[in-house]
Amino acid sequence: MDKREFLKKGAILFISASGVVRHLERSTTASASTTSASTTQKPAVPGYDPASHYYGMGIDVDRCIGCGRCVEACTVENDVPREPSYARTWVERYVIKNDKSVVVDRIETGEGGERKFKEVVDEADILRTFFIPKLCNHCANPPCVQVCPVGATFSTEDGAVIVDEERCIGCRYCIQACPYGARFLNPRTKTADKCTFCYHRVVKGMQPACVEVCPTQARIFGDLRSKASRLVRFQRVNKIHVLKPHLNTEPKVYYADLDGEVR
Amino acid sequence: MSSLDPDAAGKAKAIFGKVPEQLRRLAVVAVVLIVAIVALRYYIIPPSLIESRLHRQSTVERETGKTIKFASAGICGDCHDDVSKKKSAGFHKTLSCESCHGPALKHTEDPDVKPFAPRERKFCPACHAYDPSRPTGFPQINPVLHNPLKPCITCHNPHDPEPPRIPRECAACHAGLARIKAVSPHALIECTTCHTVPERHKQSPQSVRPTKPQTREFCGQCHGKESKRVDAPKVDLSTHGERYLCWQCHYPHLPGRT
Repeated sequence: MDKREFLKKGAILFISASGVVRHLERSTTASASTTSASTTQKPAVPGYDPASHYYGMGIDVDRCIGCGRCVEACTVENDVPREPSYARTWVERYVIKNDKSVVVDRIETGEGGERKFKEVVDEADILRTFFIPKLCNHCANPPCVQVCPVGATFSTEDGAVIVDEERCIGCRYCIQACPYGARFLNPRTKTADKCTFCYHRVVKGMQPACVEVCPTQARIFGDLRSKASRLVRFQRVNKIHVLKPHLNTEPKVYYADLDGEVR
Repeated sequence: MSSLDPDAAGKAKAIFGKVPEQLRRLAVVAVVLIVAIVALRYYIIPPSLIESRLHRQSTVERETGKTIKFASAGICGDCHDDVSKKKSAGFHKTLSCESCHGPALKHTEDPDVKPFAPRERKFCPACHAYDPSRPTGFPQINPVLHNPLKPCITCHNPHDPEPPRIPRECAACHAGLARIKAVSPHALIECTTCHTVPERHKQSPQSVRPTKPQTREFCGQCHGKESKRVDAPKVDLSTHGERYLCWQCHYPHLPGRT
């Protein structure tokens, strides 16, 4: 076969093949576009309109007993890898000592429910101490979304910041960018992982798992668009603070009676 | 441009004839490339990869499609109405059933799949072990000292826990007195024989005190000359220490045999 013949046959093959491929793609894109068209009209969950919700969470710091049930529930509900102690939500213990130095410790919970601390502070040395539950703040102005080079993370219409694990390339930019340390690289999928406000529950009218199991109702989940929601009431009756307000991330996790030492 | 358009070649043969052979071949390659790129961009790559609206939509769909494991509060009461009614009136009313029993959606679909039931002692201290960081007033115990090795549920009903148990035995607080009385001739007499204990004494022991016998005749029921009790020493109440109540001289928890 000489060069001319090769090119000729190659061109014929390519054109006919592209015709076949085009036909196939036409049919698949047609079905894809109809499904996407139908999903824009019909939401992922029947009767759910994301545009009419905007979610946030309230944390009543004085109610948290640091039992870690929320962490355990989140781990189970979202199938978060247990090793090496990754979590989408976690509880920090703040100890402000008499000399005003601050010890921050993340409580670790075992499967049976026992709690472990890295550091034990002598009780006589404590000025004040409390627990702070933390999670992704689902910022209205999220730095993690800005830095993502492939657009894999984004804010949904109803205010949750979620990650497209099929698009994420695992570059860890977002993990670095998050000022709250709410993201981690999932060792199983090798993609960025974070709290989704239990999006799969919320769209079906349920509470996030951590809110569901909190024994003292220290976590309040609700819709900021609804005046009657528990969260809006929580914001009305409490003195509210958010974490790192100076960063202009506009967090949507609201803390009641937050101590000034909390970072 | 005309050299790139294959249709023009057929129509204007004269002009086309002047186009050098190399250019014509190049045109074929260019056309093939353009077709390939267009096909790749618009037909082969799925639109969900290019359009962010679509890929976000697919992410949301994937996210909403994830399996739920916690059935959420309220649903348990549909079958377990007795337990949930009991719980809703007690101190654990703010707890969701799944706070302790773990994810139970599978159980709601198939009742044979039993949810977790914590019965070991190590479970309750997750919330109730003493921790200085816990809010004041939250019921806490020292798991090392509080009835060691006993599972919590032997004394406490987790569906209707009681606040720190009001002791039934006086000895729970008055252990010293109980020890003394136990070896005294009064060992078999109940505390309540001599003391009337108001219910509120158990809550505020200092301000609400039990009564003490206020008459000499009270002791006289056993120790008076007229008493029929054979095992009690007898005195003549009319002559014996008449100005005083008996317990002002005799310690009733350990009365001496004089």
